[in-house]
Amino acid sequence: MSAVTTTHAPAHAEHEHGLPPAQQVRANRLGLWLFCFSEMFLFGALLASRFVLWGNTRPELSQVMGLVATSVLLLSSFFMYRAEMGAAYGDRSKFLNGALLAAALGTLFFIMVVVLEWNVFGLEGNLFGVELFGHLTPADGVYGGIFFAMTGMHALHVLTGIALILIIWWNGRRGRFTPESHWGVEATAIYWHFVDVVWVFFYPALYLMGHLAH
Amino acid sequence: MFKTLRIILTSALVRGIVGQALGTALGYAFVAGLRALRGAETGWIYEPALAFGAIIGVIGFLLGAGVLTDWLKWAIGRQTPLRHGAPAGRPEWSRYFNVDYNHKVIGIQYGISSLLILLIGGVFAILFRLELAHSGMQWLTNSQYNTLFSAHGIIMIAAILGGVGAMVNYLVPLMIGAADMAFPRLNAFSFWVSVPAALLILGGIAVGGWDTGWVGYATLSLRAPVGMVLFLLGFWVVGFSSIAGSANLLVTVATMRAKGMSLFRMPIFVWAAVAASLIQLTATQTVGVALTMSVAERVIGLNFFDPTGGGNPILYQHLFWFYSHPVVYVFVLPGLGVISELLPVFARKPLFGYRWVALSSLGIALVGFLVWAHHMFTSGMADALRVPFMFSTMLVAVPTGVKFFSWIATIWEGKLPSNPPTPLLFVLGAISVFLIGGVTGPILGTIPTDLHLHDSYWVVGHFHATMFGGFIFPFFAALYYWYPKMTGRMYNERLGKLHFWLMLPAFWVMSIGQMSVGLLGMRRRIADYDPALGIDGTQLLITLAALVIGWSVLIMIYNLAFSQRMQPVAETNPWRSRSPEWQIPSPAPEFNYDVPFEVVGEPYDYGLADATYIRDATPAAVPSGD
Repeated sequence: MSAVTTTHAPAHAEHEHGLPPAQQVRANRLGLWLFCFSEMFLFGALLASRFVLWGNTRPELSQVMGLVATSVLLLSSFFMYRAEMGAAYGDRSKFLNGALLAAALGTLFFIMVVVLEWNVFGLEGNLFGVELFGHLTPADGVYGGIFFAMTGMHALHVLTGIALILIIWWNGRRGRFTPESHWGVEATAIYWHFVDVVWVFFYPALYLMGHLAH
Repeated sequence: MFKTLRIILTSALVRGIVGQALGTALGYAFVAGLRALRGAETGWIYEPALAFGAIIGVIGFLLGAGVLTDWLKWAIGRQTPLRHGAPAGRPEWSRYFNVDYNHKVIGIQYGISSLLILLIGGVFAILFRLELAHSGMQWLTNSQYNTLFSAHGIIMIAAILGGVGAMVNYLVPLMIGAADMAFPRLNAFSFWVSVPAALLILGGIAVGGWDTGWVGYATLSLRAPVGMVLFLLGFWVVGFSSIAGSANLLVTVATMRAKGMSLFRMPIFVWAAVAASLIQLTATQTVGVALTMSVAERVIGLNFFDPTGGGNPILYQHLFWFYSHPVVYVFVLPGLGVISELLPVFARKPLFGYRWVALSSLGIALVGFLVWAHHMFTSGMADALRVPFMFSTMLVAVPTGVKFFSWIATIWEGKLPSNPPTPLLFVLGAISVFLIGGVTGPILGTIPTDLHLHDSYWVVGHFHATMFGGFIFPFFAALYYWYPKMTGRMYNERLGKLHFWLMLPAFWVMSIGQMSVGLLGMRRRIADYDPALGIDGTQLLITLAALVIGWSVLIMIYNLAFSQRMQPVAETNPWRSRSPEWQIPSPAPEFNYDVPFEVVGEPYDYGLADATYIRDATPAAVPSGD
């Protein structure tokens, strides 16, 4: 269950009866953190299910792919941070470049999960001796089930995050954010970091913990 | 007449339903079309297409109703001022059929739809109660019976969540002195997303029903008829409403309280609403995971619960009850809050132990998270979990007991009127019914007795007593009590009393009857029973009592619907309450308080000379909004 609705609010909700802008941003910020807190239970339940169903075992997955995908996602968080700082200090090119890079790295991560790990197109191939495409299928019992559920739910959030980043990038190019008023950027950054932190827990649970099954 | 029809036909409700139908058809055609392209044969109802169509249909509803319009405009950088009042050129009543952002309108929207859904769920209950009135099969088939009791469960839960939404939305901003909720658009989303969800669940009945009960246990859910998938998705979509609504409420209470309203000077109902929202915000996600997994296992073939693929059916029960036990506190906490809110007004005495009552709501919410596995003593979960969960379950009695002692001590030497008005009758009725529900609980929480009583009608009796005492009676009390506030009119006192004096004895008969047939061996969730059990007479009595409850609720709906036209205008403060919402005209103005108030005293100092709770804020004290 995810609703991205709390993450985006108008930059200038100025009218007679609404909250004053500063108070509205404080409310938005609290709302977003409550949303993250709520989502923590979503991902926590998936993580708990992994331990119930897999116990001290894990399926065979490509360690190289897992490590590269994780690095790509963490790197995107770094650029998201630069984008937010760019918006906060009025450096528009830093903001736009950072946002675009974060979105690009996020897309790369998404492709690595869906095309390479899930292998939705049923491909085969090697690069530098590393097998590119995963073998786990949805039909592989609980290993397939949990792997696809956890990566799938996370990938859905990555996709939402990419859409949000592209929205703030598009609006940023039209100069709609100022150092005083850039809640949209701040919200997207918090959401993106949150999705990253989720993966920091998912990655060891899926790729590293336990001994190989079969 | 023609104009009225045009206004209704172009309202957000109708546009949403059309959008949902179009979206469902589109989603269905997309998946079924992909399959047809591959040349595979499909029957009339192809489940993956139905599931996809259901999800697209919900989005279609939201787009059609216009709930998402403002957010989509923000995404392309357009500012949209919040619309106030009815759409241009439309009458005031059309607000209730359209997307409106005022918390009072949304509260009443929640309330009316909750009562409608309550009626549907009640009709289902009476249909299968008629079947149970006598041993042997009367007029339902087994699968119809299964669908009816399953639908009764989930529809009543939707109705209760709607009733909680109604009370919380209408009352909390008024009580804390805010003009509206913190996120009015999100508030409208919370209400409107529950409409397509209810339609999905009703659609599940239309396509053939399901037979798992409202719990939807795996692995039965994996083999249930096709209505199952619409039930799972409908339940799942209701979760969006809960999560968004509770986050909104928490932010509103945290950031928008009137000057001087410290946490321990809030009206006690606000505490209950906060505790319930904390549960809704977090626990809802885990049932979302359980439902998502069930849909994925049914539709895509991922394996989680089916032991033949290595799955674990107990996992479903853990995830499910981690939400579904705490959520009963979401149902009862606002109800208990109403009892604590109303008693001091009628007893003309301070609420006894305000701080303890406030913290007991949080206590119930917290302990509520630690007790879920007491639903699973017989399910084959790890034995080591049983005793700890038995003890944590008993712990719930402590904060609940705090509330009971506070109510009794508030009534003690109070000045309850000798001819109690309807809301007070319902409050006292609620205490008596909730007491029955409360004392029958520990017998189920104790492992040895639970092994005997599990899945018997004792559980049904206990649960209905807690729901009626914790929610239905207080909700009706709240409807009567705040009716003058909502409409500016007084309800019909004689009909209100008739409602109460029909419903309370009928409920006692029904609930105690259910417990007694349970002790005598009546199983729950079955359409027939052995005449040798000797419970035919009691079963008939329960059915008659259910019919009386049904009629009494119809009397209330008649009363609420027509008092609007026929009854005299209510005074501003008919209950002589000190609460802020009664100090302004009824119905409350669009932005609640024209002059902001500040809190200068304790909320429940009834009967104390010179005690003031609120006064008009001095102009300098108006928040500057930094």
